[in-house]
Amino acid sequence: MTAISLTVNGKVVSGNVEDRTLLVHFLRDHLNLTGTHVGCDTSQCGACVVHVDGRAVKSCTMLVGQADGASVTTIEGLADGDELHPMQAAFRDNHGLQCGYCTPGMIMSAVDIVQRHGGQLDEATVRHELEGNICRCTGYHNIVKSVLDAAGRMNAAQAAE
Amino acid sequence: MGMEGIGASVVRKEDRRFTTGKGRYVDDIKLLGMTHAHFVRSPHGHARVKGIDSSAALKMPGVVAVLTGQQIVDDKVGNLICGWAITSKDGSPMKMGAWPAMAPEVVRFVGQAVAVVIAETKNQARDAAEAVVVDYEELPAVTNVKAAIAAGAPQLHPEAPGNVVYDWELGDQAATNDAFAKAANVVKMDLVNNRLAPNAMEPRAAIAQYDEAEEHFTLYTTSQNPHVARLVLSAFYNIAPEHKLRVIAPDVGGGFGSKIFIYPEEMVALWASKKVNRPVKWTGDRTEAFLTDAHGRDHVSHAEMAFDADNRILGLRVKTYANFGGYMSLFSSSVPTYLYATLLSGQYNIPAIYAEVMGVYTNTSPVDAYRGAGRPEASYLVERMMETAARQLKVDPAELRSKNFIRQFPHQTPVIMAYDIGDFQASLDAAMKSIDYAGFPARKAKAKAEGKLRGIGLSCYIEACGIAPSKAVGSLGAGVGLWESAEIRVNPVGTIEVLTGSHSHGQGHETTFCQLVAERLGVPVSQVSIVHGDTDKVQFGMGTYGSRSLAVGGSAIIKALEKVEAKAKKIAAHQLEASESDIVIENGEFKVTGTDKSIALPMVALAAYTAHNLPDGMEPGLKESAFYDPSNFTFPAGTYICEIEVDPGTGKTEFVNFVAADDFGRLVNPMIVEGQVHGGLTQGIGQALLEHAVYDGNGQLITASFMDYAMPRADDVPSYKLQHTTTLCPGNPLGVKGCGEAGAIGASAAVINAITDAIGNNNLEMPATPDRVWHAIQASA
Repeated sequence: MTAISLTVNGKVVSGNVEDRTLLVHFLRDHLNLTGTHVGCDTSQCGACVVHVDGRAVKSCTMLVGQADGASVTTIEGLADGDELHPMQAAFRDNHGLQCGYCTPGMIMSAVDIVQRHGGQLDEATVRHELEGNICRCTGYHNIVKSVLDAAGRMNAAQAAE
Repeated sequence: MGMEGIGASVVRKEDRRFTTGKGRYVDDIKLLGMTHAHFVRSPHGHARVKGIDSSAALKMPGVVAVLTGQQIVDDKVGNLICGWAITSKDGSPMKMGAWPAMAPEVVRFVGQAVAVVIAETKNQARDAAEAVVVDYEELPAVTNVKAAIAAGAPQLHPEAPGNVVYDWELGDQAATNDAFAKAANVVKMDLVNNRLAPNAMEPRAAIAQYDEAEEHFTLYTTSQNPHVARLVLSAFYNIAPEHKLRVIAPDVGGGFGSKIFIYPEEMVALWASKKVNRPVKWTGDRTEAFLTDAHGRDHVSHAEMAFDADNRILGLRVKTYANFGGYMSLFSSSVPTYLYATLLSGQYNIPAIYAEVMGVYTNTSPVDAYRGAGRPEASYLVERMMETAARQLKVDPAELRSKNFIRQFPHQTPVIMAYDIGDFQASLDAAMKSIDYAGFPARKAKAKAEGKLRGIGLSCYIEACGIAPSKAVGSLGAGVGLWESAEIRVNPVGTIEVLTGSHSHGQGHETTFCQLVAERLGVPVSQVSIVHGDTDKVQFGMGTYGSRSLAVGGSAIIKALEKVEAKAKKIAAHQLEASESDIVIENGEFKVTGTDKSIALPMVALAAYTAHNLPDGMEPGLKESAFYDPSNFTFPAGTYICEIEVDPGTGKTEFVNFVAADDFGRLVNPMIVEGQVHGGLTQGIGQALLEHAVYDGNGQLITASFMDYAMPRADDVPSYKLQHTTTLCPGNPLGVKGCGEAGAIGASAAVINAITDAIGNNNLEMPATPDRVWHAIQASA
């Protein structure tokens, strides 16, 4: 067993976990943050993407012990109270989701993509960057639209600051 | 239409929870005292189970029980069923071997469960499963249909000699032979429809809970049709009588057909929950999904089409071998027969059709309905034949199709289906205009100058959806009726609950169905909620598949709404001291026509529940239910045109443009409809370019993870250009046809037709990987 302490969605959490505990299982099983999903076992689908110290990480591929001391943001921590994050709002407004299973990972990856590329996003870049997130429902058409829309909203919000 | 009524692209009500991580899927649920199951699965494609030694596993930490196939047989849990009886040409019923939930004696595909470990944690169950020792005697395996029916092939089930489940036919063989005798030209093709893994992103999961005091079970499961699950678990698997079994399908992360079926894991979880007297949870991992979710397609066909001297089709002859895998899944028998051969007329006037289908056992995962189910296989065959015919007859492929389109409706095909309505020319024209078909030769020439091979491919698909008239499917062998139920509950404050037997696992019912209420009663969608997916809440339903939810489930809602409206009008007339025939509904108000007198719906509802002042003899309350049984299938149809460019150096295909023109009848929420088309097209493109479930000769699935099975990713597919043409379906009150499967049905032929056009070699199978395309280019050079 390993003692760990990390910040999840702004709150400090600690516990004793089996050494082999993955970050995704810690989030889902220990913290009941079930918005982060498991869709494969091979780091391919991206349903489990969260932010660790501000960067997108597949939480099925990281031991929670590796996140000791880190700051983790999950889909549950993205909105500002009742106000959706621009990426969440863009997915809703552009019908960027259907069954919703890949959506949390897709949104967390997309936020990271926009943050890394700033205003330099185009369709080809978004499609290339989404390589690590699989969706079976939407055919990606409206996901790409959502990410581009959100990029505009996020840039506008940043410009206003 | 109002702001939220029929035809409005209302943003989905369910999306707040899905975008904030508040969806509630089966694996998100924890019950007090819950244990975890992990299955011990066969590593062999075909083997005899000579013994299972659980002694070491039982000593492992946290292990509660190890249960085996023999125990489930001893407890008289029923074998899995196939719910659609097919009769062979010779009049004999289909021949099936038994499928126990865990194999007591023989395993027939890799991944088939032989035992289950129940433990305190998931990891403990997984660890202990590795300590279960199974003594297998390996048997020879066969995975390919043609090999399975050859003399001397390994035999899977003694009940099915030669591994043949059935040898079925449809159509008039003599008339078809006559048509070929008269033909000026005959086009012949061999076609393979590649096996696919459905891969809903949420793996299947189940939680079973047994209440000893009430002798009652609750099952949380990833199901597209929880009521059918309850019926089958109760009536055939002897789990519990229906009133002692509650099935809940909460948020479900995609289905595509794969979550229609009742699988061994749910049965075992229920049975085990009583054995250990604690809740039992099982969540599959992705490789278990690849091995045990019913696969799709896997046809090998030979087709011949006869034309007269004027290029009109005279007849079609098809022989198909369908791979069923090791066992017959719930609706598997119907897929390559009544959902396939009945669509072989396509959009065309074909006077004579004769189809033969042989269903075959192999040592592979069971095959059943996957998005489109039989109709993609039919459409792919017909549309590759049409494109090939156009090349052989040296006519424009659009012109050849147009010449042979059915133009009079209703139209009785020679293969059961009676098309009610359509305008195939309209969708062809819309697609050709959208892609600038006339400008293609110039674009091809320009691409050639740049060293690229450019091609264009058409696919004019038709499907039969809204399944289906109960009487019709019953006469064809279905074990169930395919109606749908609805109940409308108007609460005393005027909010409304709609209970439906349809199930949403991505389709957006929580929004679309509210729009039907908004349209009829003028109530904002925020005041309406949809209740589904729980057998304790909704009395019965047939679930969601076959693009049926709106055409059948929505029509049931309309029927129930009509009853609510009729009673509400009586109450309003009584309250307003007016004649019932003078009451009209506008924006949620019941008005006396031609006056300023009105009463709002909440006041009508309140009057219904206070019952202080109702018409004489009227029962209190405002709640109505309806069952709707369709009178015919619906027939969505359209044209897809794909323009691609192939790099001759690598064989890699790039999309230049993809246009879809669909006729789905009336659209209730165009935004959701378009989302369905995008997803379907991508699955069709996935089949055409990327996806293939591949077995080796021993029955090992060598594409059992996302590392090996090529799922379409964002940069594999284009943005789509969608067009809608409209003929209203005359068969249901909404005029709708269904849109969920169209993309997957029509897309693959368009892609392959485009690639074969580009490379000048028609000998190309799916998936058209760069390797295959490159070799085809070399072969044609």
